[in-house]
Amino acid sequence: MVIAATVDQADIVLSCTQISRWFGGLQAMKDVSFDIRRGQILGLVGPNGSGKTTTVNAITGFFPPQQGEIRFGGLRLNDLKPHQVAQQGIARTFQNVALFKGISVLDNILLGRHNFMNPTVIGAMLYWWRAQKEEIANRNKVEAIIDLLQLENVRDEPVDVIPLGTQKRVELARALAAEPTFLILDEPMAGMNQEEKEYMVRFILDAQEALGLTILLIEHHMDVVTAICDHLVVLNNGEKICEGLPREVIANPDVVAAYIGKVEVGHA
Amino acid sequence: MHDASADLVPGLDPDLDLSRRLHPHWRTEDNLLALLAENARQHPDRVAMREYDHGIWQEYTWARYLQAVLEFAAGLEARGVGPGDVVLFVGDNRPALYFGMLGAIALRAIPSPAYPDQPPEGLAGQIRSESIRHAVAEDQEQVDKLFYIQQHYDCHFDLILYDDPRGLKDQGSLCACQAVTAQGAARLAAEPGLREQLLGRSSVHDIAALLHSSGTTGAPKGIPLRHGHILYGVRNAAAAGYFIEGEEHMAYLPIAWVGDFIFSVGAAIALRFVVNLPESRETVRRDLRQIAPTLYFCSPRTWSDMLTRIQVGIDESTPFKRALYRHFMPFAIGLERRRLEGHSPTWRERIWRQVGEWLVQGPIKDHFGLARVQRPYTAGEAIGEEVFLFFRALGLDLRQFYGQTENCALAAAQPSGSVALHTVGEPFPGVEMRIDDQGEILMRGDNVFDGYYRNPQATAEVLHDGWLHTGDAGYFQEDGQLVVLGRVSEVVHTGQGERFIPTYIENRLQFSHYIQDACILGQGREHLAAIVCIDFRAVGHWAQEHGVPYSSYAELAQQARVVELIAGVVAQTNRVLPEKLAIRRFVNLHKAFDADDGEVTRTRKLRRKVIDDKYRPIIEALYSDQARVEYEAAIVYETGDTGVLRRDLALVTVPAGK
Repeated sequence: MVIAATVDQADIVLSCTQISRWFGGLQAMKDVSFDIRRGQILGLVGPNGSGKTTTVNAITGFFPPQQGEIRFGGLRLNDLKPHQVAQQGIARTFQNVALFKGISVLDNILLGRHNFMNPTVIGAMLYWWRAQKEEIANRNKVEAIIDLLQLENVRDEPVDVIPLGTQKRVELARALAAEPTFLILDEPMAGMNQEEKEYMVRFILDAQEALGLTILLIEHHMDVVTAICDHLVVLNNGEKICEGLPREVIANPDVVAAYIGKVEVGHA
Repeated sequence: MHDASADLVPGLDPDLDLSRRLHPHWRTEDNLLALLAENARQHPDRVAMREYDHGIWQEYTWARYLQAVLEFAAGLEARGVGPGDVVLFVGDNRPALYFGMLGAIALRAIPSPAYPDQPPEGLAGQIRSESIRHAVAEDQEQVDKLFYIQQHYDCHFDLILYDDPRGLKDQGSLCACQAVTAQGAARLAAEPGLREQLLGRSSVHDIAALLHSSGTTGAPKGIPLRHGHILYGVRNAAAAGYFIEGEEHMAYLPIAWVGDFIFSVGAAIALRFVVNLPESRETVRRDLRQIAPTLYFCSPRTWSDMLTRIQVGIDESTPFKRALYRHFMPFAIGLERRRLEGHSPTWRERIWRQVGEWLVQGPIKDHFGLARVQRPYTAGEAIGEEVFLFFRALGLDLRQFYGQTENCALAAAQPSGSVALHTVGEPFPGVEMRIDDQGEILMRGDNVFDGYYRNPQATAEVLHDGWLHTGDAGYFQEDGQLVVLGRVSEVVHTGQGERFIPTYIENRLQFSHYIQDACILGQGREHLAAIVCIDFRAVGHWAQEHGVPYSSYAELAQQARVVELIAGVVAQTNRVLPEKLAIRRFVNLHKAFDADDGEVTRTRKLRRKVIDDKYRPIIEALYSDQARVEYEAAIVYETGDTGVLRRDLALVTVPAGK
């Protein structure tokens, strides 16, 4: 079945092969391997300090792996700088909201389009037709995202004053503004209440459907992960301990043990 | 004859002949569609409608407006909508819904708008009683509701159109507005003459809108308003100078409410308004500022809400601005109070007032989008003195309107020169009004409807020889100004035979911005008592200022100092009431009255029967000597599950004496 295997290979958007990363004497990732297929939502879960964010930082070029290989499409990402990774169509949000305080929601989202802006000093100063055209085109894209994520009523608010749940949505909007094909969401629902979580899930699914995204989702809320992920990868102490369909994975005794400690089973 | 097409459709509208008999002077070709076509011909490039979409005000000219309406009409016809069909419109103020309504009107179908937040049960009643098979819905939320109704209430839709495609796909009877208008556009291009033909079908005697009574008493009744009623109503008001041509108007009130149809469709077409549609319900305040309308209508409650926002804003402002405000506003309010009493200000006062306008009033008006408002109106219920004087002192010529759905909401209004707090003004030219022996207000005119939709019994109750019995009790002052006291049916008696109108007292209580709603009890009892719902924002702000901790509405309402605050308001209200009608006991309810819980109507009028039944234990306790009552509140979670919350409520006795 050589043909099937080739088709399968082409379907893989991102593959991590045996990646490892040390910080001084601490090994944060040990030989982690996994693949993400086109259109998939892959959930990366694990207890605190298990290496989830390190994996994301490795993919996005903040802390490239010291061993192993990360390939995106046909391209090796190991040697790329973060901005070069972003140019490949990879966008991310951050665990702690990382918006630019003091400017409006609209401007924050517009900043997500810096890859598409090509300003010249004089053009920008005089706001000539080229700069004008560029601004209008970018604004149009941003407005479509505002519409998709229903941010109309906070469009002109400074980001500092809006609720945390909405800030997270603005961050998602900014990531989408970069027109990514591959989106990494680092705990998009941290600190949210049930209602905000449900909204966020809806928006993530809407965005995935409307924009045809492949998503890597780091999340602690197991109900969310099992509800929307197609595939789960579980990390513990920097190692992959399990992967597979969400229902199977959460029933795995190793995963349970990693999350809530070892349970003695079978001694009634 | 122009009306020949009507005869081709037997049973189109049984009352059409009646309308022709009743209004022989109406000209057939004097209808909304003809006026729209005229606007498009004479002012093709003038802006007719603006919608805030994608962060920009998208403009529709009269030519584009007409084209959109005709495309809708041609598309709807292709999908089987015909004369006499009632078409449901449900959603917020969106261009597609307005174009759709006019498209239906062009086909001599009847648009029947519904409130977007109406629960399925009420909407199903409207759909069944009007045999509705076609609907135009704004978005997925409304489409879901229609499917739910179809499943649970024995209704069937042949066609459901949606405007916002998010989360929806065409299948079965469900179809995008865009697909229908595209089909209509193709028909218009392919069939020469269709355009003129569509424009020529309407008659002044056709029903232009099937609106509904707010349902204060029993099930809502269908109120068909014909082109003629609406146009005469609008022209009467225009003749007295209440609307002028080319007003900037913001359409933000529900499309199911008579005022919106009259302002945003009737008057907008007859007088070429620019109708501005806000982006969403949440952004109305922001959009109001960008629009800066010249004509602005809102309910007394909304004006009062705006006053609260201004006061809260000033409290949080800088000391310098606060000082300016605290000097100039009371000065202007005092001036306005004396002006209403008939004293004209001295030249010195005029100059100082003008300085205030530059420093305080002008900037406030600008901040709230009221800078260009020339004709601010309010209607629906009594407005508080504090609110009324404040906005007049702000430099707005705030005036009161009077009318019901049955008379296109255009019956009487205050002329600029004779404004008073307790009157609603004088009848419009063309409207006859008198008071009958029972003190009920009667009226007659071209703006008065011909009868309820398929309900001759209800019609016979309110229409006698063309006179509409409004059900309102009132009287004319010697200067010709009308005073409305309340509903004739609302007059009730205490156990001692004392006559009173609960709404009248409730309104007096609500004049305090700490009280959002109140329900006065006392029918057949020895004294009056009140159920009070505090205003969460105003009392919450007060609590913050006074260091009163709270985490929820229920907790805030029961804080001892909040109870004391409300007791003070009640005692103050008692001072202006006759001794025998003083409120002796009251309770702060653990929640605000909510239309979803059936306690108030969509227009926020109390449903006393529901309140009586639901809060029976509290009411009984109010008329005992208990100091507290434990109430078990049934709640419905979003999942549909029900539960019970136990609430401990304080019952307060207000000391007697003035």
